[in-house]
Amino acid sequence: MKSVVVNNISKKYGTKKAVTTALQGISFEVDKGELFGIIGPDGAGKTSLFRILTTLLLAEEGTATVDGLDVVKDYKLIRQRVGYMPGRFSLYQDLTVKENLDFFATIFNTSVEENYDLIKDIYSQIEPFKERKAGKLSGGMKQKLALSCALIHRPSVLFLDEPTTGVDAVSRKEFWEMLRKLKAQGITILVSTPYMDEASLCDRVALIQSGKILSIDTPEGVVSAFGKKIMAAKSSDMLNLLADLKKAELLEDAYPFGEYHHAVLKANNSAEELKNYLLQKGYPFEIKETKPNIEDCFMALMKN
Amino acid sequence: MSTDRVITAEHLSKRFGSFTAVDAISFDVYRGEIFGFLGANGAGKTTAMRMLSGLSMPTSGKASVAGFDVYKENEKIKQNIGYMSQKFSLYEDLTVKENIRFYAGIYGKSNQFIKEKTAVVLDRLHLTAEGDKLVKSLPLGWKQKLAFSVAIFHEPKIVFLDEPTGGVDPVTRREFWNMIYQAANAGITIFVTTHYMDEAEYCNRVSIMVDGRIDALDTPQQLKKTYGVATMDDVFLKLARKAVRSAD
Repeated sequence: MKSVVVNNISKKYGTKKAVTTALQGISFEVDKGELFGIIGPDGAGKTSLFRILTTLLLAEEGTATVDGLDVVKDYKLIRQRVGYMPGRFSLYQDLTVKENLDFFATIFNTSVEENYDLIKDIYSQIEPFKERKAGKLSGGMKQKLALSCALIHRPSVLFLDEPTTGVDAVSRKEFWEMLRKLKAQGITILVSTPYMDEASLCDRVALIQSGKILSIDTPEGVVSAFGKKIMAAKSSDMLNLLADLKKAELLEDAYPFGEYHHAVLKANNSAEELKNYLLQKGYPFEIKETKPNIEDCFMALMKN
Repeated sequence: MSTDRVITAEHLSKRFGSFTAVDAISFDVYRGEIFGFLGANGAGKTTAMRMLSGLSMPTSGKASVAGFDVYKENEKIKQNIGYMSQKFSLYEDLTVKENIRFYAGIYGKSNQFIKEKTAVVLDRLHLTAEGDKLVKSLPLGWKQKLAFSVAIFHEPKIVFLDEPTGGVDPVTRREFWNMIYQAANAGITIFVTTHYMDEAEYCNRVSIMVDGRIDALDTPQQLKKTYGVATMDDVFLKLARKAVRSAD
């Protein structure tokens, strides 16, 4: 059985005059035990999608099931078996760490002891501070508490809405290591993120932009579907180099990419032609072929 | 990039009780420079930025910003800098033009100046047709670009950008950096924080804060060489992993 099935979901906000379309005909399926990433910028519709799947918001069109249960008809049953960590910290700031965890356990008719094995790895890191008020925790600790609370009733599907937004590179890596361990316990995880580089840590990803899915595939699949050759170039004057690359007829696109600029070759042009083009400009440069990554793919898909 | 120093900090510190948030940092930033200010959550970036923008008194040390002393002339500093963050930028329920008018008015710009420059800025952003629309009706990427234009509308010497591109799509993120380059070329000094390590590569120099100290400060190229790694991501991880104090 599929863990999550989304079928042609659409969602609009606002009145007749100013309508914002958050989701337009979204469809995808997530397998049991899969770590599925919803990757897209702010405003793409990630939160609306998560709120529909966690039965907190109704879609205008389409259907969806979680654990085989309908998000509209069976909302009560779904709420018992999903874990949801919203993007904004939403635990009780004036309760202690332990009180928050006990509270969530009680609501779901369970106890911390009963499911301690599931949260042990994560919770043990904040347990020394269990008498501290949640509002007084650091960002990283709040995140660990929120994840513990979302897990305490042993959900079959876990929804994490932008858990790593605004989090530094080191803490982000640690968080993804925690997700890997949870996946190993058989929990289905849907995680959204605006960070393209996190796509490679998922089993499969849906790239989403302006309420539409651009692509659904494994990270490797997204990359191999790119289908064009990318050259990475640098020189001592990167601005000037970019201007020259943007003017080059043999390129589909050119944009900064960290230390290098990426130059996407048109199908019938070669790396050699690009080299010759740059040689004519009369300044030293370095150029090499590079593999596209998710961000290259995302930008190419955005243009279509 | 010139050799005029627009920010100087010498042993600048800020303590809250027994906690040293910023621990004797020293550095200079030059006119027209794009200066990347990196660090893990809780490393002390925000506290340091608040001191440099005249919002928080240092506990000890010296600093001047745009030629003004952070202790005695903090009001002057505020008038001579711009500020933008992802969290706080524009008023959603004011129109594009009203936002510009409001901010430029706060900085004491004349009606004549505001009128003329508004036309130029909107034209450059291709937002002329949207001048009377509410900011909340604009796509996020446009909002961020408009917010940056508003932050430098009063022609400050320095603009502080606190994670300006968080959550922005990859195309808009690059357009945003293009605007940063243009502003820097026009002589505005850019002081920017980011969690995107590819953006660290776009800076002239980068500093990395760890536990309240500046543990590294150099060009991206030199930092990678010093730490013997291929990317700024690796430089950051190498330094930030040494941190002993917890985040925020």
